[in-house]
Amino acid sequence: MDITFYIIFHINKKYIDTEGYDNVNLSIVCYNFSIKLGGEKLKKYILRRFALLIPVIIGVTFIVFTLMFITPGDPAKIILGESAPAASVKQLRDEMGLNKPFLVQYGTYLKNLVVHQDIGKSYVTKRPVLKEIADCFPATFKLASLSMIFAIAIGIPIGIISAVKQYSWFDTFSMIFALIGISMPVFWMGILLILLFAVQLHWLPASGFSSINHMILPAITLGAQSVAIITRMTRSSMLEVIRQDYIRTVRAKGQKESVVVLRHALGNALIPIITIVGLQFGGLLGGAVLTESIFSIPGVGRLMVDAIKMRDFPVVQGGVLFIAITFSIVNLLVDLLYAYVDPRIKSQYS
Amino acid sequence: MDLIKSVLNNNSKKKKSNQLLETWKRLKKSKLALVGFVILIILFLVAIFANVIAPYGYAEQNLKATFQFPSAKHIFGTDEFGRDIFSRVIFGSRISLEVGFIAVTIAVIIGGLLGAVAGYYGGKIDNFIMRSMDVLLAIPQILLAISIVAALGPGIINLMIAVGISSIPGYARIVRASVLSVKYQEFVEAARAVGSSNSRIIFKHILPNVMAPIIVQATLGVALAILTAAGLSFIGLGIQPPTPEWGSMLSSGRGYIRDYWYMTMFPGLAIVITIFALNVVGDGIRDALDPRLKN
Repeated sequence: MDITFYIIFHINKKYIDTEGYDNVNLSIVCYNFSIKLGGEKLKKYILRRFALLIPVIIGVTFIVFTLMFITPGDPAKIILGESAPAASVKQLRDEMGLNKPFLVQYGTYLKNLVVHQDIGKSYVTKRPVLKEIADCFPATFKLASLSMIFAIAIGIPIGIISAVKQYSWFDTFSMIFALIGISMPVFWMGILLILLFAVQLHWLPASGFSSINHMILPAITLGAQSVAIITRMTRSSMLEVIRQDYIRTVRAKGQKESVVVLRHALGNALIPIITIVGLQFGGLLGGAVLTESIFSIPGVGRLMVDAIKMRDFPVVQGGVLFIAITFSIVNLLVDLLYAYVDPRIKSQYS
Repeated sequence: MDLIKSVLNNNSKKKKSNQLLETWKRLKKSKLALVGFVILIILFLVAIFANVIAPYGYAEQNLKATFQFPSAKHIFGTDEFGRDIFSRVIFGSRISLEVGFIAVTIAVIIGGLLGAVAGYYGGKIDNFIMRSMDVLLAIPQILLAISIVAALGPGIINLMIAVGISSIPGYARIVRASVLSVKYQEFVEAARAVGSSNSRIIFKHILPNVMAPIIVQATLGVALAILTAAGLSFIGLGIQPPTPEWGSMLSSGRGYIRDYWYMTMFPGLAIVITIFALNVVGDGIRDALDPRLKN
């Protein structure tokens, strides 16, 4: 069975047209690659896992709908304003079905979601919630992805070196820094980075997300804790593997140390690292809420925080649901990646 | 029969205190864990004696002394209302520790109970409980806490409830896994054979034998709870001013960061030191309780 991945780049080239107006040329570049995973058993496993996502998503909609239902605040008054006449408020409540029982309202919400892919309109902007989220999600996804790339690029090499040179000064310092990294709140890290790089040194901007320069500080802020966690997990996992007999055998055969570490040890240490990376991505999607607030990034997290403050319930429901679905799909992909990385799991499904 | 029971009880008490001593001896071997332990004791003392240690009240304003840099009179400086930041950080330790420990207690009690019932009974009960936990786990913890706080409203008690509820699935999973590993052991069989009820078996026999991973997770969980609470307060959804919570102090200091860096530095340092201490103590307890590291 093959799984094909598509990587799509949107390239915006700005230019000035003949009438002197700014314009944008949009081109889409698409790369794809396929990986062979296995046979019919794996196909059934994947389909079963996707099918299991459905009750989870329904459960998430129930929890989020219930939370928003019990939140104080009358949606009709939010839409019409506090000074709206009582008759208008009552009429709107009837039109929106807000006087119906909880389960009827939930049933209507679920039906609209499944049949029409409609999760309501924002009480504040009156735009469809899906459109609000679609406008904001790319920023959140970019931020989470960049942070993850940063975390993996720094965390895994440091973890490997710490494991190989256990008890050295590098190991001691990297573990202390990792502990400090885990202990540092993401919002404080962001404030310190703004203070140093934006306020004092003027190297990087303090807010926004329009260029690569704008993305550096937010990505480091959000990724720093993940660097620490991935470093610790990589070190711990590598130490378990390095002590195994087969590593001793490979060394005894005279293999180069780099090959021993990178091909034999790391390959076998990857499973727990992949688990942590997958879980961290979900954490990054949630943690982006705070980073987006600090750097004024127009992402889903900031959209939801603003929506909560303005009692814009459909946006909050939609945002949480969207992130939960993304998180669940990421976890599923991580599980599938095990089958690709670990030949023992692959053989069960071929 | 009574004599045999009392001898067995005495032997089990001796065994428990020996185990605790052994664990403490192993914990002492880790210097970093000891440092963390000392920091935590200092933190607790500071929180308990905040009224005595703090030179000013946490809400005491002095509009003639606003935005003062750190000095002998105000060790950490003053904020936009002339309030002493050192005093607010001291009182903030009380708030943070309270929120952290109570949130984790809620999570351990509810999550532990759910996990124990799921693990012990198995079957449909296990399936229902664990699928419900999967649903909660599908939502990133801070988002779930934000949604709960949005429903309940801001405030310290609602914050504890929100952070506690969002942490339940983690404990449920850990306790369930631990219960599954011990429920077929002979001491459980023996308890069942002498006619103990299921609830007695769970609370008196199984749970005491699975405390180790719960204690480790709870220690690390307090750190996470404090961080989550500070994060919620930072975005204005947690504890409201003038209550001195470290996250909300960071939030209000952020607006003055260009000129008055100290307003965000000291509350942030307080959070880092507290979380660091809890993490190293949690790691130390995990290593001390790990049977593979016993020798």
